Amino acid sequence: MQITELQNVASQVRRDIVRQVHACQSGHPGGSLGCTDLLVGLYFDQMTQKTNADGTKPFDMNGIGEDLFFLSNGHISPVLYSVLARSGYFPVAELATFRKLNSRLQGHPTTHEHLDGIRIASGSLGQGLSVAIGAAMAKKLNGDNGIVYCLMGDGEQQEGQVWEAAMFAPHNKIDNLIAIVDYNGQQIDGPTDKVLSNRDLAAKYEVFGWKVLNLAKGNDMESVIETLKEARSLTGQGIPVMIMMVTEMGAGVDYMMGTHKWHGTAPNDEQLAAALAQLPETLGDY
Amino acid sequence: MKKYTFTEKKDTRSGFGAGMQILGQTSPNVVALCADLVGSLKLDAFIKENPERFIQCGIAEANMIGISAGLTIGGKIPFATTFANFGSGRVYDQIRQSVAYSNKNVKICVSHAGLTLGEDGATHQILEDLGMMKMLPGMTVINPCDYNQTKAATIAIADYEGPVYLRFGRPVIPVFTDADQKFEIGKAWTVNEGTDVSIFATGHLVWEAIQAGEILAEKGISAEIINIHTIKPFDTEAVLTSIKKTGCAVSAEEHQINGGLGDSIAQVLVQQYYVPMEYVGVNDSFGESGTPTQLMEKYGLTAADIVEKALKAIRRKNS
Repeated sequence: MQITELQNVASQVRRDIVRQVHACQSGHPGGSLGCTDLLVGLYFDQMTQKTNADGTKPFDMNGIGEDLFFLSNGHISPVLYSVLARSGYFPVAELATFRKLNSRLQGHPTTHEHLDGIRIASGSLGQGLSVAIGAAMAKKLNGDNGIVYCLMGDGEQQEGQVWEAAMFAPHNKIDNLIAIVDYNGQQIDGPTDKVLSNRDLAAKYEVFGWKVLNLAKGNDMESVIETLKEARSLTGQGIPVMIMMVTEMGAGVDYMMGTHKWHGTAPNDEQLAAALAQLPETLGDY
Repeated sequence: MKKYTFTEKKDTRSGFGAGMQILGQTSPNVVALCADLVGSLKLDAFIKENPERFIQCGIAEANMIGISAGLTIGGKIPFATTFANFGSGRVYDQIRQSVAYSNKNVKICVSHAGLTLGEDGATHQILEDLGMMKMLPGMTVINPCDYNQTKAATIAIADYEGPVYLRFGRPVIPVFTDADQKFEIGKAWTVNEGTDVSIFATGHLVWEAIQAGEILAEKGISAEIINIHTIKPFDTEAVLTSIKKTGCAVSAEEHQINGGLGDSIAQVLVQQYYVPMEYVGVNDSFGESGTPTQLMEKYGLTAADIVEKALKAIRRKNS
């Protein structure tokens, strides 16, 4: 897909994010907006996925022959739900049910309600990289050439299990795995550097044995695609790949940027209007 | 009353190892994982015959549970193994979110459960795991009674789709069940029929219950002995049928009284058919170092303790 087309998708996804969060007055817009360009780049350009003749996506849990994506920081579910719906996994109209009673779009992603596109529950942080490693190992055992992607938060790096997985993957040469850290420098209680600094996270992963790529402009679609392509070219070489993706929390909505305030806060009616005014409706609102 | 005898004693963990060896030969999707306790889990034969289907996780149980959940995505049947303490309490949230809530086909198989782990002491003697695991929606919880039953259960859970917690132990105990038995998940086994008191036992306590039944028989008391090898799904019918006949019950488990097998039985009694009931189990206490035999005596988990509780239950029934 052309960069401009991807940017158009991203604009619509950002509208979907703020509208979902506004409608139920809860959820996490900041990280969702920050990771929009990555998820659009993955689902609309980089990932190999089966597609039906009518453009919708078939879903089977095992994902044989497909690339898989695991969202470890499950609280940015609005961006995942929007990208899944917009790429054909379920009707876009269902985004209106986000976080409401009897919805398949739970506050945090789950397989429990059988939402196509979701392969694991996440929300309790630190577990996704381990799951992604397991899925990558299953692909190897199956002789499946698909790539497994995993997105984590930078605050999430404080969880111990992340480092169990970080140690495991290079030792076991999990080279069909591309992990991404959303380096937005913010977490619930404030800047990550103040809460509990990651210090030099890239150096930590490098010394654990990962190939680390730096994506300095994680909200620039061209840079995102370029880095994802480079990461893919580095798979199959006996080393897992990690992307340090610097993003702006709240990217695309000016008043949500540069603060951790919008980590888990919903916009009111006025704020919603202000946000939507900055985000062209490119694919039609649900 | 059937008289149970044995010609050898074996550890239930070896039954698990034997079951895994067979699964290695019959089930190509079975993958074994371990957190630095290969010898203790008796996985040597499986690993020797299927090196490509063994994943050594190191001392990182949380990661092992996550990897297991991931392996199911792709159709593998992971058997995640470690000590019961590190495969339940230590990784409860990982099991809860990535396995149970996600409904993944992961088999968590744990050895050295309970007091009979012995000299290592309370840090390793988990007595809460059955309770924690049975509280998880959708989790199947199995606690077999001897080598043969553990082997059969190991093979059976590979064919069952869904998360399972399989618990076994370290000490050598009598092998008294059939070598070629078919293990039926969720179906209690009536070891001996009786009319005066129902003794519901699980795991290592089943043999103790059988011995208790013999002691009671000498006193002219007819005890019905039922092996509840599956803690969840719970065989409510087996409990109801037995207590309606005997009118009183005893539970026996190497586990905390709080939240264990006994409480599952008590729920049935309270809600459906009330009879007096007594618990044999650890009473809100941690364990300690000692030989397995010493510990089972000190914490009241022997045949003699079951006899005492059975007599008490009968007295309450008759009073």
